[in-house]
Amino acid sequence: MGRIVIDQVSKSFGDVEVIPPLELLIEDGEFAVFVGPSGCGKSTLLRLIAGLEDVTGGKIEIDGQDMTSVPPAKRGLAMVFQSYALYPHMSVRKNIAFPLRMAGLDKEEQERRVAHAASVLNLSDYLDRRPGQLSGGQRQRVAIGRAIVREPAAFLFDEPLSNLDAALRVGMRLEISELHERLGTTMIYVTHDQVEAMTMADKIVVLNFGNIEQVGSPLELYREPRNVFVAGFIGSPRMNLIEGNEAARHDAHAIGIRPEHIAVSGSEGDWSGVVGVSEHLGSDTFFHVHDTGVAETITVRADGEVGFRHGDRVHLAPRQDAIHRFDAKGLRI
Amino acid sequence: MATRHSRSAARIMMAPAVILLLGWMLVPLTMTLWFSFRKFLPLRGGDLGWAGLENYVRFVSSSSFWPSVQATLTIVGGVLVVTVILGVLLALLLDQPMWGQGMVRVLVIAPFFVMPTVSALVWKNMFMDPVNGILAHIWKFFGATPVEWLSQASMQSIILIVSWQWLPFATLILLTAVQSLDREQLEAAEMDGAPSLKRFWFIILPHLSRAITVVILIQTIFLLSIFAEIFVTTQGSFGTKTLTYLIFQRVLESQNVGLGSAGGVYAIILANIVALFLMRIVGRSLDA
Ligand SMILES: Nc1ncnc2c1ncn2[C@@H]1O[C@H](COP(=O)(O)OP(=O)(O)OP(=O)(O)O)[C@@H](O)[C@H]1O
Ligand SMILES: [Mg+2]
Repeated sequence: MGRIVIDQVSKSFGDVEVIPPLELLIEDGEFAVFVGPSGCGKSTLLRLIAGLEDVTGGKIEIDGQDMTSVPPAKRGLAMVFQSYALYPHMSVRKNIAFPLRMAGLDKEEQERRVAHAASVLNLSDYLDRRPGQLSGGQRQRVAIGRAIVREPAAFLFDEPLSNLDAALRVGMRLEISELHERLGTTMIYVTHDQVEAMTMADKIVVLNFGNIEQVGSPLELYREPRNVFVAGFIGSPRMNLIEGNEAARHDAHAIGIRPEHIAVSGSEGDWSGVVGVSEHLGSDTFFHVHDTGVAETITVRADGEVGFRHGDRVHLAPRQDAIHRFDAKGLRI
Repeated sequence: MATRHSRSAARIMMAPAVILLLGWMLVPLTMTLWFSFRKFLPLRGGDLGWAGLENYVRFVSSSSFWPSVQATLTIVGGVLVVTVILGVLLALLLDQPMWGQGMVRVLVIAPFFVMPTVSALVWKNMFMDPVNGILAHIWKFFGATPVEWLSQASMQSIILIVSWQWLPFATLILLTAVQSLDREQLEAAEMDGAPSLKRFWFIILPHLSRAITVVILIQTIFLLSIFAEIFVTTQGSFGTKTLTYLIFQRVLESQNVGLGSAGGVYAIILANIVALFLMRIVGRSLDA
């Protein structure tokens, strides 16, 4: 169980309001991802849910119970920290068993649960090592192990993968998703990486300056961003945002078109421009096109085999049904 | 210093320092050893030739020898216990955000800058004096008979004075250690269900173990040879005659350099036994 209701919760540090009152509902078993730029209050919101910070106003409910002033240990949540926060003087076994020991479980039960967690996370061979003798990915797994033995109502992850290298990050991403499928427990996951958000989430919460900009499934956010901020934040490479005459032609203050929704060719298209930098990924190529007359740079995605070079003149054809329109306040029309 | 070339260069560069240090250590040590085998009475005939092991035998068989070893160990042990326990508590306290933190920290460290002789004099005359001391006044205020600290509780008084001097050192080292503890570890422990006492026991204390080891080792080295505090206060009476003080008496009061030197050699042996013993108990945490 792990249904979390955040009701008008706000947080200020001194005079600075980091999180204005906000509402959020996380269903039992959901994988919710908080995503947003650095300093937008993701960690603060997570820590409020965990109980590591006191709320300035509002109410936090977990499984129907008011948990606003309940100490962290009693909320039935487990947290995985960005720095892993393993206890350096304890072996992996003791690290994982620590919450059980604090809960006063008997030795056999502790052993059983640690062994189970270790086998789930492929840690069985490392149980007697110290955290200092493990690789980054293994430490991450120990931190997750310490969280799962408690059988919490929900897991909280604060940028757990940001200290890992790119390849390992992809691997751990899959492992965490896998773990979520297997345990079916609510998970709240903080990241500033929109790829992690898109690939893992059931529900993405986009935050900006402590405000919730939009809540929805990855595809909802991709297809129908509620405003310019979400449109620019979700999707990689970023959506092209165009203001001025071209936007006025579509009766909007600004229009947005994703790089993958623009066809590039040598001869036909509404816009034309000069190829600047091209990024070849093998499967795809991203062209940064200048001098189009509509925006400073337009990014387009083409097949990996399309071979325009720096300085080539190209024509761009945006897909008309994929154009997003925004009003002067940045809201979707 | 990976390559053979850089290693030999390093050796040459270090040589002057090493030679100087060795000389510094070896000359007094050799002289002590030399005198300990001589019958040397500066005011009663000077160097009177070889004494064999006589000095050594006389020094141990004196009735003050074992009590002095005991007094030394009691003072060292007592001061260590007091400074480490209070040091940990003070370090935790000073780590808390509070008003005037910088000022408080300076005040806590201040006693360390007071010379041992001065601090002992201050304690003896201003605090512990049975007639005019502050403590005597407090006792009288509550209608009790003032305690004659330095004679009735001589050992405790000296431990108190020396602890007061060394507490800042312990606090300072332990404070830096407390500050280097990762906050997220404490938060993780809090989420894992450890209340504050258990967080202290399972997270903070193990984290401090290395710093505590350093405090214990360094303090022991200095405490084994405390002298000024005893000279100024009890002059070695009321059971506070340490090994150092005994040697001082043999050399300067009895004017027997040979006997004192033999005592010095015993002091070296005692220091080594204590060091070995400490390394066994606490040194292990230095490897971890
Ligand atoms: N203890 C604190 N005291 C004062 N201000 C704080 C405190 N903790 C966080 N803040 C401020 O609150 C804001 C949100 O911080 P938070 O750590 O939640 O950001 P974040 O979204 O997690 O960013 P990042 O992606 O960089 O981790 C920041 O502007 C930060 O300066
Ligand atoms: Mg953060």
